[in-house]
Amino acid sequence: MLSIKNLQAKIDDNQILKGINLEVKEGEVHAIMGPNGSGKSTLASVLAGREEFEVVEGSVQFLGKDLLAMSPEERAREGLFMAFQYPVEIPGVSTINFMKTAVNQMRAHRGQPALDAVSFLSLMKERMKLVEIDQSLLNRALNEGFSGGEKKRNEIFQMAMLEPRLAILDETDSGLDIDALRIVSNGVNKLRTKNNAVIVVTHYQRLLEYIVPDFVHVLYKGKIVKSGTKELALELEAKGYDWIKDEVAIA
Amino acid sequence: MSKDNQVLEELTSKEYEHGWSTNIEADSAPKGLSEDIIRFISSKKNEPAWLLEWRLKAYRQWAKMKEPRWPNVSYPPINYQDIIYYSAPKKSPKAKSIEEVDPELIKTFERLGISLTEQKRLTGIAVDAVIDSVSVATTFKETLGELGIIFCSFGEAVQKHPELVKKYMGSVVPVSDNYFAALNSAVFTDGSFCYIPKGVRCPMELSTYFRINAANTGQFERTLIVADEGSYVSYLEGCTAPMRDENQLHAAVVEIYAMKDAQVKYSTVQNWYPGDAKGVGGIYNFVTKRGLCAGDGSKISWTQVETGSAITWKYPSCILKGDNSMGEFYSVAVTNNFQQADTGTKMIHIGKNTKSRIVSKGISAGHSQNSYRGQVHIMKRATNARNFSQCDSLLMGDKCGAHTFPYIDVENNSSKVEHEATTSKIGEDQIFYCLQRGIDEESAVALIVNGYAKEVLNQLPMEFAVEAQKLLALTLEGSVG
Repeated sequence: MLSIKNLQAKIDDNQILKGINLEVKEGEVHAIMGPNGSGKSTLASVLAGREEFEVVEGSVQFLGKDLLAMSPEERAREGLFMAFQYPVEIPGVSTINFMKTAVNQMRAHRGQPALDAVSFLSLMKERMKLVEIDQSLLNRALNEGFSGGEKKRNEIFQMAMLEPRLAILDETDSGLDIDALRIVSNGVNKLRTKNNAVIVVTHYQRLLEYIVPDFVHVLYKGKIVKSGTKELALELEAKGYDWIKDEVAIA
Repeated sequence: MSKDNQVLEELTSKEYEHGWSTNIEADSAPKGLSEDIIRFISSKKNEPAWLLEWRLKAYRQWAKMKEPRWPNVSYPPINYQDIIYYSAPKKSPKAKSIEEVDPELIKTFERLGISLTEQKRLTGIAVDAVIDSVSVATTFKETLGELGIIFCSFGEAVQKHPELVKKYMGSVVPVSDNYFAALNSAVFTDGSFCYIPKGVRCPMELSTYFRINAANTGQFERTLIVADEGSYVSYLEGCTAPMRDENQLHAAVVEIYAMKDAQVKYSTVQNWYPGDAKGVGGIYNFVTKRGLCAGDGSKISWTQVETGSAITWKYPSCILKGDNSMGEFYSVAVTNNFQQADTGTKMIHIGKNTKSRIVSKGISAGHSQNSYRGQVHIMKRATNARNFSQCDSLLMGDKCGAHTFPYIDVENNSSKVEHEATTSKIGEDQIFYCLQRGIDEESAVALIVNGYAKEVLNQLPMEFAVEAQKLLALTLEGSVG
């Protein structure tokens, strides 16, 4: 589904990704871990198409297409979703209105007619349950005055609405208390199918107790320096990142 | 940034939708302004002697006045002798029934999405259509007549209800009020008149639709709304003009007179031709709009969405004379390319316990300049007066300007005046968030801008709100920087 080869990217003159290789197949959950500043969020941003990062080398295939050649909105319409670490606020625009625009633009891209108000609302009500989100929150301006947990829940609600093939959760666990973490994770788990995939970008092992990964990759200084199964995450939790740094230094 | 600018430029070069003109034979006065021209207009309109005198008095006042230079706008001097002050479609300028209206005119308004044929109208709006200098049709007159509501062209009101016109014309905006109001008083050609009798709640939206068609013509219309005790009316105004290389002057006067407990809601969606992307052509929209809350407990509410015109210079205002009266001003002013807007309001608190509320949302893009100018004046006897003002500016790109000139004069220390102001830019983060959800850049800007202006758009009647949202989107899509 997603094939990243030798991906290198920089911002201004600062190279952050120094040759990432990663294969993600349908039905898989990959966790990307690593110390602060290792390039985790940059990788997520480059995949989503943020302009301030310049790809200098490498290729990314997504569902057989050249992801890097697509605009951010095309990537989204092809099924790539990013749950933001810091979801923005848009005053005066309700989440409902926002999602209606997004869902219908995605549908138009797939050659489907726009959903009428009734069908949209029933779809919305069904998906709201998955993430235990209240409609009153969705009537409010997008993320405006939301708590950290509410913002993250809203991200997963949007994921539920848009049904992506590949979801990238960028530090979705940051700022969540244990209850919110459980709700958000349950939402993500309910959305898993054998056709879609999830990349979980996180600093801590905590989230991976809820969203259990098939593979864990450690990103350090812009490269994946170690890959393994979920046991690797536990090892990192127990030992910290220093031993990885030492390993890299020796190699 | 560079991509955003590119999108901005692509979108701002979008053509003006209403820029066509209709081939209608017109009956015009020669160019220029003099007492003879005023006599010509007055006789064309078959006016009584008192009105001619009124006009001439206004003209003499105007001749002594100087064009104001204090607004934050710039334009080359206007040659007032190079304007045609009267132009009327030749065939049956005022038809007795819709069937008699020139089919070309009916087509003109249909292209604008306004059907003058009553059975085709969406329910709930009566329209007075004004083309160039004259009103060509007024719909739903009979229905309104049954309630005693008078809704007709200004010219017709002069003929049929001279006592009302004579009593209230100039009572809110005196002839000598300002340069353009004086000019209008001298040369006004038509407009709308509306009277709502005591205790009547007008069952439908009343609407005037202005269209400038002829070249080299100025449009000088007057609107007079008189709301008798305890009455209610919601009034809408819309306007468009063809694309022309020269600047055309639109100097209108709108007067609202509200008696005890009367409520008037006046909404404008102003979409005059703004000029092309290089700033050539466009309408100079120099308008005086004022409402007088004459009676206790009366309320006047202005809502405006200003997207058109090369230059907009207007301050819909409220004089809160009656005790417990209330004035509101909700405005969205959008400027793009080389447009200039200097707009805002005046709230003059005279009566006790008077309240006013100002919500102004300016949006600037391209090379445009957008100024909010507002005055809140609490007079000596206005005990317990309250004002709340909020002035927000949104900037798109780095070549435009937003300015705020609030004036507050308080002469009574029991009053409470609040002023809030913000300036913001559409954030790249906001745009990217939308893009990541599959929303294209144009729709993203439309969403964000409509969200920003929501508080004002919510004040508009439904039909207008939809039109206004589309207009905002059309004027600004993609203007991010």
